[in-house]
Amino acid sequence: MSLKSPLGQVRGLGSAKEGVQHWWLQRVTALALIPLGLWFVLSIIGMTHAGHDEMVAWLSSPFTAALAILTIVATFWHAMLGVQVVIEDYVHNETTKIAALLLMKGLLILLAMASLLSVVVLMVQG
Amino acid sequence: MSAATIGKPHAMSDKTTRPVSPLSPHIQIYRWQWTMALSIAHRASGIALTVGTLLLVWWLVAAAAGPEAFQTAQEFIGSFFGQLLLIGWSLAFFYHLSNGVRHLLWDSGRFLELGPAYASGLWVLASTVILTALAWLLAIAHM
Repeated sequence: MSLKSPLGQVRGLGSAKEGVQHWWLQRVTALALIPLGLWFVLSIIGMTHAGHDEMVAWLSSPFTAALAILTIVATFWHAMLGVQVVIEDYVHNETTKIAALLLMKGLLILLAMASLLSVVVLMVQG
Repeated sequence: MSAATIGKPHAMSDKTTRPVSPLSPHIQIYRWQWTMALSIAHRASGIALTVGTLLLVWWLVAAAAGPEAFQTAQEFIGSFFGQLLLIGWSLAFFYHLSNGVRHLLWDSGRFLELGPAYASGLWVLASTVILTALAWLLAIAHM
């Protein structure tokens, strides 16, 4: 039993028991992905039929590697937040929902990690 | 829910003390509108792009693994099936990008009236087609 007033207990929490962070981060990563996504698409168009040497040369620049790392982080973060909402919308059993969320987040973190390490390996090779 | 409780938001159900809230219309009975299709497509393209990161990750890991692995990945991407995947990926990308900008504008309080909401949907479709075509023209010119 709390002595706080009902208003004080819920203020800033809402019915979901958490604040606006998820909503806000989805928008921030979306905004970041506008320039990063366009840069990445233009870059992979330039890499059409590229050999291994060209790929190493491209990522050997710290500028390119930094943009690639930012793109990877923003992409997987944005994907994680987005797929989370889809799972929460359609999976109603609490156990299944938590299992699906953990599995999805774990998989996306692994994919992000593999991409990030590959960029670092290629940068060091160049 | 019994017919008697529908439309009575404050009626109490028999089993619990929770008020029976009115439900939003289910998709089966909701009148189909093309803006609704755009909204569903935003989610679908987001899921498709998430699955599509598998190709991107494979491409990067293959490059890090060495010239032979990268060659295999590049050959798959250049194959008919690989190109088909890339066409789908690019459409999903430019749609999600265009409609995402529309969502950000909505978040800022713009284009929420019925007219602008519909018109901006048309702009999203036009921008998807134009940007995807431009990307492929660039890719073909580069080959």
